[in-house]
Order: sequence, then structure tokens, then C-alpha cells
Amino acid sequence: MESKGSEAARILNEIETLKATRSDLDNRISALEAQLRHLNPEENSVVSCPSISTGFGHGLSPDMIYRYSRHLLLPSFGVQGQSNLLKSSILVVGAGGLGSPALLYLAACGVGQLGVVDHDVVELNNMHRQVIHTEAYIGQPKVKSAAASCRSINSTIQIVEHQEALRTSNALEILSQYDIIVDATDNAPSRYMISDCCVVLGKPLVSGAALGFEGQLTVYNHNRGPCYRCLFPTPPPTTACQRCADSGVLGVVPGIVGCLQALEAIKIASAVGEPLSGRMLLFDALSARIRIVKIRGRSLQCEVCGENSAFTRQQFKDFDYEKFTQSPLSEASLELNLLPEDYRIHSRELKERIGKGESHVLVDVRPDHHFKIVSLPNALNIPLSSLESRSAEISSALKEEEKRKDSGFESSASLYVICRRGNDSQRAVQLLHKMGFTSARDIIGGLEAWARDVDPNLPTY
Amino acid sequence: MQLTLEFGGGLELLCDSVKIHDVNVIPNLEADKLTMKDLLVWVRTNLIKERPEMFMKDDSVRPGVLVLVNDCDWELSGQLDTPLEEKDVVVFISTLHGG
Ligand SMILES: [Zn+2]
Repeated sequence: MESKGSEAARILNEIETLKATRSDLDNRISALEAQLRHLNPEENSVVSCPSISTGFGHGLSPDMIYRYSRHLLLPSFGVQGQSNLLKSSILVVGAGGLGSPALLYLAACGVGQLGVVDHDVVELNNMHRQVIHTEAYIGQPKVKSAAASCRSINSTIQIVEHQEALRTSNALEILSQYDIIVDATDNAPSRYMISDCCVVLGKPLVSGAALGFEGQLTVYNHNRGPCYRCLFPTPPPTTACQRCADSGVLGVVPGIVGCLQALEAIKIASAVGEPLSGRMLLFDALSARIRIVKIRGRSLQCEVCGENSAFTRQQFKDFDYEKFTQSPLSEASLELNLLPEDYRIHSRELKERIGKGESHVLVDVRPDHHFKIVSLPNALNIPLSSLESRSAEISSALKEEEKRKDSGFESSASLYVICRRGNDSQRAVQLLHKMGFTSARDIIGGLEAWARDVDPNLPTY
Repeated sequence: MQLTLEFGGGLELLCDSVKIHDVNVIPNLEADKLTMKDLLVWVRTNLIKERPEMFMKDDSVRPGVLVLVNDCDWELSGQLDTPLEEKDVVVFISTLHGG
């Protein structure tokens, strides 16, 4: 056992050393590239700015002609479409499930300047859908990882890294540097913010979304089409805003929507085809159905893009999108605090009590399909939604436990409630107290805290 | 009146996770016609099994739900006053935010 452990430590050590060396090399390469740009700005523009004159009358160099030949061979795309693309600039907001394929295709197809905004780091549970990132980049900024992938596909275009969260304070400045914006974010406030910013700046917005087995796609603020607010003037209730981190998503679904976003951005940039403006594409993966529906045009009453609205840069900067949608701009998880302290218990304390043989019942209020992923031993699974109708099961489990212990020391068995992160368990404890289970206490931080503080071998998801 | 109703974007969870419902809705006898307003009431009574507030607000759909009558936004056909006809397809879809 011990030699295995030391072998693992040695390997881990070597990995760390190699990673450090790699990041050192990356830094040196960046520094040298910067030096080169400084020494030879002319030459550099050949590399990063594709619009040079070569005497064929279209500005495409021999390398570009070869690289993009299959585009040039398309009669309705051709030299003109490719030149337009090479002169265009596109910003992808979010390097996640949607942004991954969008960025890969936009880099490959020869968009002149490709920007990416994200503040997150690559995590293992992203990788089933965020296919631009590789395992080597786990723990590193998504922007860095995405930019590296794009550069490895196409070193002749300019990739711009915006390693920060998009906020009202920086959105105008960042978005104004691009012709077309791709919304590949994952939350409601960002969607309103990006749309409003595009209206203020007069930029077309390619908007995609995916959850579960479904995807949606449309182009806003283009060709007199609607903006996001024309369609959704009032934000939905927060309970209707499900996140991939809670509800799940089949990895390939955002992949498909992200590819379609790249397609729409390419159509607008190259001025080829008919953009999906005033229409919306609805994708249902399970039934293999794509439906394209006609949506309303620009609303004259729209508070941002309407006839009489004068939504200014300053108003945009001052607008509180988190308050407007009542949900956070970043994926950071919500942490409720609904209960008085003595209705709650830390996982470490509970572990001690269980170790001492305290008689108790542990109720896990997560949905059944969560319970099947991982659960604590002897936990009773009663999902929050059926807590009231199944309260008899809790009563009888408590009685059973008291009978089993029958020590006489404890007047009654304790009742503990757990969920994934410690929010639903608080709701459940509130409900249980109302139902008369006055010993009910919630385990602070849920299974995630248990895995962190008590049992590191418990899988998290 | 034979109608096909479809729920998507998570709204199907409110009606036993069934997405497509072929239904027969009897129009109001006095009016002798069926509008979207009538249909919403009918849906709420007959199809929505839980959390009706996730489907409706006041007498319309809640914010964030798109309504499509024969693949066309109901804003273009009169919203609640949109008249329905035999074999119409009405889609209720909740907007998604994930990525
Ligand atoms: Zn608008």
C-alpha cells in the first residue's frame, strides 16, 4: 500500500513539474511573440491581419486561398464571402457548451478577429459538452484554454482573450470592438444585459440556449427584427430559470446549437444567405424534431429598442440586471439561509453523533434520479415534492429507530435532512417543523459539504 | 374542436412530462368559437397537473413563455384573442437560458 502511495505521489509531483514547465514555455512564447510584434509591426500584420493585397484583386494570399479553398469553391460564397469573413470581427460571450463549438468553427472558417469572454475555469464536469477544452486545462481559465484551441486550429487569425466576467461596467467597451455578438452564456441576467448592450451599440446578436434535450436559436436586433426584450419584456420567475448544473443537459445538444450559432454568425459576417432574424429555431433532440417558427418583429413599445425609448449608454451602465431578473450573473450557487441555527447541523458534528451511536433517521430530499447517483448509507429518500404526502414513512422510521435503540437515554430519535447543496434541505426542515417534526434539522451544505468535510471519497456531481 | 397542443422548454413537466397532446376542446356554446383565451383556461383545468403558476399569470401565460399558433408567434395573430380553428397546432414553449 505504502509503495503504491509513494508512487502516486511521485507521479503527481512530476505532473506538477511538467505543468509548471509548460506554463513557463507558454509565457516565454507569448513574450517572444510580443517582442516580434514590436520589432516588426509590418511583418506581423501579415500574420494577424489577413487583408493584404497579393495582386489577385481580392486580397487573399496564396496560403489563404489554399486554406479556405472549399469555401471559395462554393459559388454563392466564394471569394467575396471569404473576404467578408476575413474582414469581420465576432465576439463569443461564454466558452461553455454553446461557445465551444461556435468558437472552433469561427476560428476554423477564418473570421478575421475572434474574441472570447469568460471568467470561469475549466472543470471536469464541463468536459462532456465543452469540447474546446482538454483535460490538461482543468483548473485553468476557459478563455486561455479556448484561445489555445482556436490558435492551434488557425494561427492566421487574431484571437482576443477577455478573461473577465461581462458586466455593465465593461460590456460596452468590449462589445464595441466587434461587428457581431454571439450569446453563448447560461443565465437570464446575462441574456438581457447582452441584448440591451447590442441594441445600444447597434450590433446583431446571435443567441442560443440549451437545456436538457432541447435547444433554441435566433438572431436578435438585426434587419429590423426584435431584440430579446421585444420577445421577453418581463423576466420569467426565477423558478423557471433552470441551469445545466441543476437540471442536466445532454452534451451534444448545446453542441448542435453552438454550431448553428456559428453558422448564423458566418452568414451575417459573409453577407451570404438569410439570417434567422424574426424567426426562431426550436430543437428537440429526443423526438429528433426541428421547428422554425415566425416570431414578432421589433416592438414599437419595447423599452430598449422601441420607437420612443431612448435607452442610453449611461442607463445601460446603471441598469441592475441581477435585480431585474432576480438571479445572479455568474453561475455561483445560491446559498439560502432560511432556518435558525439550532435547526441546523454541520456535517462533522453529525458524523461524530452517528459515531457515538445516536439514534436518528436521515431523510434525503433530493429527486430520485439524484439519489441513484450517490447517497449516504441508510438514508431514506423522500423527494421534497412528496414530503407532505409521505410523512407517515418518516413517522414510522422514527418509531422503528426508537424501538431498535430502546436504550432509555434518548427520549426520541433525531431527524436529519440532507440534499445536494443544503437549500432544499432547509425548505424541507421548514415544512417538517410545520408538520410537527420538531426535531428536524438540516445538514448544512448538503452532500457537497459532507464530501468536503467528512468523506472525501463520496462522489460529487 | 380537434387541436394539437405541444409543451416544451420544461413546460411539459407540468403535464406529466407528456409533450404532445391531441385534444378535443368544446367551444363555448354562446360564442360558438374558440379563442386562445378560452384554450388557456381549458389547458389549465385539463392538462396542467402541478404548479399552475409556472404556466399562467393572471389570464395569460407567465413571462418567459412563447405561444405559437401554427408555428407563428401569437403576438402576430392577436394574442389572447387569436381565434382557433379545427386541426390547429398550438405550441407553448418556455424560453431556455442554459448553455
Ligand atoms: Zn426590443
